[in-house]
Formats: sequence, C-alpha cells, structure tokens
Amino acid sequence: MRRIALIALPYLWLLALFFVPFLIVLKISLSDTALAIPPYAPTLDLSEGWAGIRDWWSGLDFENYVFLTTDSLYWKAYLSSLKIAVISTAITLLVGYPIAYGMSRARDEWRPTLLMLVILPFWTSFLIRVYAWKAILAQEGFLNQVLIGLGVISEPLTILNTNTAVYIGIVYTYLPFMVLPLYAALEKLDDSLLEAAEDLGCTRMKAFWLITIPLSMQGIVAGSFLVFIPVMGEFVIPTLLGGSDTLMIGKVLWEEFFSNRDWPVASAVAIVLLAILIFPIVLFLKNEEKQWESDT
Amino acid sequence: MAENPRKPKPPTDVFTPWEDPAAKPLIEFRNVTKRFGEFVAIDDLTIDIYEREFFALLGPSGCGKTTMMRMLAGFESPSAGEILLGGKSMVGIPPNERPVNMMFQSYALFPHLSVWDNIAFGLRRDKKSKSAIAARVDEMLRLTRLEQFARRKPHQISGGQRQRVALARSLAKAPKLLLLDEPLGALDRKLREETQFELMDIQEKTGTTFVIVTHDQEEAMTVASRIAVMEHGKVMQVDTPAKVYEMPNSVYVADFIGDVNLIEGVFSRPAPETCQITYDESEPPIHLDATPGIAEGARVTYAIRPEKIRVSADRPDDLANAAFGKIIDIGYLGDISTYHVELANGQMVKAAMTNSTRVSRREFTWDDEVWLSWRETAGVVLDH
Amino acid sequence: MRRVSWFNVTSLTFGLAFLYLPMVVLVVYSFNANKLVTVWAGFSTKWYGELFRNEAFLDAAWVTLRVAVVSSTLATVLGTAAAYVLVRGGRFFGRTLFSGMLYAPLVMPDVILGLSLLLLFIAIGLDRGMITIILAHTTFSMAYVAVVVTSRLVAFDHALEEAARDLGCNRWDAFRLVTLPIIAPAVVSGWLLSFTLSLDDLVIASFTSGPSSTTLPIKIFSAVRLGVSPEINALSAILIGIVTVGVITTSLMSKRAIAKRIRDENRAET
Repeated sequence: MRRIALIALPYLWLLALFFVPFLIVLKISLSDTALAIPPYAPTLDLSEGWAGIRDWWSGLDFENYVFLTTDSLYWKAYLSSLKIAVISTAITLLVGYPIAYGMSRARDEWRPTLLMLVILPFWTSFLIRVYAWKAILAQEGFLNQVLIGLGVISEPLTILNTNTAVYIGIVYTYLPFMVLPLYAALEKLDDSLLEAAEDLGCTRMKAFWLITIPLSMQGIVAGSFLVFIPVMGEFVIPTLLGGSDTLMIGKVLWEEFFSNRDWPVASAVAIVLLAILIFPIVLFLKNEEKQWESDT
Repeated sequence: MAENPRKPKPPTDVFTPWEDPAAKPLIEFRNVTKRFGEFVAIDDLTIDIYEREFFALLGPSGCGKTTMMRMLAGFESPSAGEILLGGKSMVGIPPNERPVNMMFQSYALFPHLSVWDNIAFGLRRDKKSKSAIAARVDEMLRLTRLEQFARRKPHQISGGQRQRVALARSLAKAPKLLLLDEPLGALDRKLREETQFELMDIQEKTGTTFVIVTHDQEEAMTVASRIAVMEHGKVMQVDTPAKVYEMPNSVYVADFIGDVNLIEGVFSRPAPETCQITYDESEPPIHLDATPGIAEGARVTYAIRPEKIRVSADRPDDLANAAFGKIIDIGYLGDISTYHVELANGQMVKAAMTNSTRVSRREFTWDDEVWLSWRETAGVVLDH
Repeated sequence: MRRVSWFNVTSLTFGLAFLYLPMVVLVVYSFNANKLVTVWAGFSTKWYGELFRNEAFLDAAWVTLRVAVVSSTLATVLGTAAAYVLVRGGRFFGRTLFSGMLYAPLVMPDVILGLSLLLLFIAIGLDRGMITIILAHTTFSMAYVAVVVTSRLVAFDHALEEAARDLGCNRWDAFRLVTLPIIAPAVVSGWLLSFTLSLDDLVIASFTSGPSSTTLPIKIFSAVRLGVSPEINALSAILIGIVTVGVITTSLMSKRAIAKRIRDENRAET
C-alpha cells in the first residue's frame, strides 16, 4: 500500500501539473483568438452535453500553425534562435573544456575548492549575473572604460544591445552547466590510459584527441544539451542584453502572450518550439541513461 | 681423443651474457638518482640488463622498482645520472619515441576501443599500411589466443583475457624492451601460475627483452633469468634466482626471498680448515666448511633454509650438525610440512620435510622430541 | 605525480576570472555614490539605505522567501519519493512516462513550462497568487531534487537495506531508519538547490503570479529592463554576499566533516 502511495504521489503531481498543462496548450493552439475572457474560442461547455463536445471539437483547427508559416517573423525567430543556440553552445564548449580539463588535472587537494568556485556562480541569481553584464558592456561601461584607459581603443565599442552581448551573456550564465558534466567525465579518466597512449607512440596532443576527447564524449554531449536546449527558449538574456534586432523565439512567445494577448498563437509557438526540442531532449535523456548504466 | 660424454656443456651455450665481459648490455643505468622533492626514490643506482633477458625488479612497495620502470618508459626522468638503451642515452627522449613498450599494472586498455583496435593502436601511430597492421594484429591475437574476442570491448572479456590483450598490445610494435608492471597482480593464484609460464613462452618466442616489476618473489623466481632485489632505492643483490635463493649476500635478501632461519652467533676458526659459529653456550657450535673473508670473533648471522634441515627421531651420525628440540607447531601444506622446533635454549628453528609418501598418520606430532640435522654446506654466513 | 601544466593554470585562471569579474564589478559599483552607476564618484553605502526603505522590494522579498521555503520543501518530499521509486521501485505501469515527466523540466525552456502552467490554472479557475507560484516551482524543482537524490541512492549499498529487513524492519522502517539517514546529505542539497531555483526564477513566476504576489526577480527585472540601477546593484551585492557566505560555510563544514572522518578512521586503525 505504501509503495503505491509512494509512486502515486509524485506520479499524479506530474500528471496534473506537467502532462495535463501540455494537453491544454495543445488544445488552445488549435483554438481561435477571441475578445473574451479567456481570450480564445471555442471553450468547452459541458453543460450542453454531447453537442457541446461536438461543437468544441469542430471549432479546433490548424489555423494558428498556418499563420506561423505565413508570417516570416516566426520562422525567422526559430532560425535565429537555432543559430544563436548552436553558436553559443559551441563557444561554451570551447571555453568550458579547458576549464574542466584544468580542474580534473589539478592536484587532489585543490579540486574541491575549484569545484566550489565553479559552482558558486551557479547558486547566485541568474538574473543578477545577466544584469551584471549590462554595467560591463554599456557604452560608458566597465569594459569600455578599461579599454580606453589602456589606450587599446579611442572610441567606445557598441556591444550592449547587440547579438555579441547576447552571446557573451549566454556563454557566461551557462558555463557551469557545461563545465560540471565535462569535469565529471574528465575526472574519471585514468591517467595510465594517457601514459599507455604515449607509450604506444602518441604525442601528448595526439593522445588528447584519441583518448581524452572520446572518453569525455558523454560529458561533451550532456553539457552541450544542457546549454543548447534551454538557450533555444531563452527569454531573459536577449531581453536584457540583446537589441531590437535580436530575434529569439522565447522573446516572441513572451510578447505574443503578454503584449498581444494572443494565447492561441503563443500556444502554437510553444508547441512548435517543443516539437523542435523534443528530439534533443530525448537524446539528452538517453545519454544520461547511458551514463547511469556505465556508472553502475 | 673421444670426448667424455659426461663432460658438462661448454658454458657459452647457457644464457649468461652477464658473465661475458665482451657482451654489450641493452640497458645501462649509470649512477641514476631520482628524487621527488625530499624523497629519494632511486639512490645512485648502476645496473646492466642484457638483450633477451627476462629481468625482474623485486622488492616491497615503495622500494623504487616502479620508478625505475617509469624512467625506462620515459614517464620520469632521472634527477642525476643517465640511462642508456642500446648504447644511446635516453635523456630527453619522450615515451612515444622510445623503442620501449609497457604493460601497465591496471592494463590501461582503452575502454572505447575493441580488443582489435587496442592492439592496433600502437601500430597505427607508426603509419604502417592497413594490411601490415591487420597481419600484425592477427599474429598477436593468435600468439595470445584471443582470436575470437577481437571485436569485443575490454569490459566484455574476463580479467585473464584483459591481461593478454594488454600483453598483445604492448608486444605488437615489437619493442626492443618490454616493461611489465606487476603484470599478473590482478589475477587469481591458479591463473597467475599458468600465465607465468605463458609469459616465459612468449618471451622466448619473440626474443624480446622483458623487465618485470613485481613484489611477488615466487613470480620473480619462476620467470626471471636474473633478479634485482631492491630496498629503499638501492639494489641489494642482482643474481640468478638460484643464487639469490641459495647465496643471499645480506640478511635482507635472505629474509625477503623465501623462508629462512636466522641465527646470530660468533664466528671462529678452531683449526685452519674448519670454521664454526657459536650461538649458545649450552649448544654445540655450528660447523661450516671453509668460509674465507670473515674475521675471527666476528658477529655474524647464519642463514639456513628450512628444507635444508632434516627432522629425525634419533640422532643421525652422517651430518655435521645436530641439535635437539621439541616440536611446538606443525604446518601441513600438502606437499611439505613445516615443523617449528624449540631448542633447549629457546631458539626456534623451522624445518621443512617433503611429504613424499601418503601417510595416514603423521610421523611426528606436537611435543615430540626430535633431532634436527644439516650439512656443513647447508647454510650461508652473512657478515654484519 | 601530476606536473603543473602552464596551459591548465592559464585556462583555470582565465576561466575563473571570467566567472567572477562581473560579480566583483557589480559589488564594487554598489558602493558608488554616483547615480550614474558606471561613473565612480566616491564610496558610499547610501543605495543600501535606499533599498531598505523601499517597501515594494521588501514585500517582494518576503513573498519570494515564503514561496521558496514552501515549494522547496514540497519538491524535496516529492522528488525524494520519485527518486526512490525510480531506483528501488522496480517495474510499474508507465515508468518511462514517469521518468520522462520527472526529468524533462531540467532542460525544458522556462517559457514553455510557465505558459502551460498558466493555461492550466486558468482552465481550472485557480486564482493566480502565491499558491500558483508554489505549485509551479514545486513541479520544476522536483526534477533537480530527484537527480541529486538518485545519484546518492545509486551509490548506496543495497545490502544495507537488506540487512535492515533481515533484522526485522519492514520496508518503511528500513527506509526511515537506514536509507533516509544515509541519503540525508543529498536530500539537504536537493532542498537547497530547489530553494535557490525558486528564489531565482523569473520566467515561470511571471506567468503564474498574480498582481498581489510579485516576487523579487519580477521586481528586479522590471527595474533593470531599461538600464542599470544603483539600488539593484546594492540588492545584487547583498544576494551575492549571502550565497558566497552560504556556499563557503557549507563547503568548509563538509570539508571538516570529511577531515574528522579520516581522523576517526585513522584512530580506529591504530
């Protein structure tokens, strides 16, 4: 009996607050916009019985999805999000790998401290860490002051409110998500494997490519997905650091919902985003499962 | 004149290059010292190893044997002195450019590569042709009897098979020198014994020089042509297994290799050709054959192996030494039995007798009074 | 013997500088007397004073704190149960769906989660307020608790539970008396993680909050959307300070616990 309760409690919670909401989003994405509360039609009226259900069902259509394809704003936003997510994931990997590698090769007594130093920013407010870059990247901000002070540049650089600022913000805030799985994978790497590779004729560089990289692949995959997937739907970073030409689908969804109050279109945007992400999400979960199996 | 058929073979046929002053050693350690900070791992060590030798570095953990091996492989460099391989100094040559391969204690098999690819790994680094690599890998698989496991990953094979993959991988490049770091440590006893003979067989077939690091004296005795017994970064003795066992040059070596009785006493020469050791007033002295080089009245340790001592109920008259005592303990090991005998003065002596016949009842039992006897030549005198 | 590699030292130095520079800059600017945040005009703590006189911020902070405590506690209970079920529960109907639902919020974009929960609350006619934020935060925090607790449960020797059962415990007693004390550190870190996530969340809270229940991130976001603000700098510095002290204390405590354990073990050996 207790086992059933133990399973049922989280199960029902997730069904009610995770699964059902998706069905509702799906349903509303098939509805029409209406000047009403709630602002969509048709609504299901069970008091009319079977006829009510039939009316409701016949009122659903794919109009919103068709609309998404006709207005270039949407597919441009999807493509732009995809581009930003891919590029920033790649940069985060390039920045994160040497850090994780350095941590895993550090002396034993240093490693807990380094790990703490990487995790600490992760505990601090995400919003505040993004906001911090506003003061650094602004026209009269910290970075320009330093660069002008050093005589590197004479005119302040315009970085804030451009896509460059968005990339910096993403790489910065998502760096711990990349470093931690990489570190977990690299820490397990047995030094004698690298020595064996050298012994068999590899230079250090070659041993890195042939042994270290393949053996940290699960960390690379996990870290990349942990960055790529949430960045696809990112709203805060493009809003705070990006400019008017920064187009990301998370921002579009937000505006569609809060500014235009077009719930059915916002829902359709969400469903399409989810459809794009379902593949990487499943891959990510599969990778985690594989890691789990190899660990046990 | 017909040759005497019983004349021993000329010594050149026996493999003893270390006795031939004209032989060029493959490896020379010249006054090598290795320090890690304050700690001296290798202390001014000089040693020669010859081609086709199966050379064992034997010692307890921390004695510096692994450091010596890692210096040969190129993972550590000497703090002072120099190591020569085939007459060429190895200083500054990285591991990947040395004609030396190593079999790691953990085997260090690449988990993401199949058995076949693990063995091919080193060959591919040499930019050999595909067909040459395939031929060599297949040859190695045959040599180590791994043909049917070629496509498996390391975690899909047994410990003994992994050990053979590691061996095949390190032999594939036909190195001048193969280093084996505790190669059999992870195997259970029975498998270890089988594998020892396999290793010797492979060493003979390939003609490669093997240097093995081990802390297991039986293993070293079984496989090696010569053994270097190490302690605290120094080599205590380098000799064939038989010499190390029968003629240890120090109490440390005598005690480290095999079982031994160590009896302290005073050396004397009552007559020009007779030597003896007095260890207790109430016991007769131990008679020795001529033992040159030890001063009259020197304190020495007499080392005698248990199997050199005979246990009997009556006093034997054919052996030079005899002592009377009581059996305190008997260890029955199947092939031999070990008797712990207490002499009248309290000295404990271990004696081992082979159980050459099946007996339902032991010949001697606890508290039996027995005679121990041994020849003049049975033990060695170790100077302090 | 690991050698110090200059490449590793350099990449660590630059990496950590990149991680910490923005936060240091923020803390330094919070003591700037100038209203123009980036132009230095002398040291001052006046923005801290302004912050504590700002009722709206204090109200939002109070709402945020209550939401975080309740939702992280709920998430810890549910997430621990979910992890236990997944690791020890064996097979049951819809296991794959269950683990999928549990772990998906880890990577699901916040906008989708927020939107879907809001539409649910509207559909069932639940008024938006603290309750709805708590429900939303519990749902996505559960996943994090489950991940942390799962890793501990996997490392945990199953034989301990079997020993407890062998000595007469029923399943519940075995869990309560043996499993729970051993996984307790993971449960605590799960709670702390949920608590931080809840304090930190802007997007989901924006969707699910009502007019009477503005949280601190919502407040900060509307204040910084247009530019930098000295009061927010002061607030950020306080939050960074709290987290730094908290993380350093816990890591020192765990370090001391480990040291003590090693000492005890050594003493037991001799």
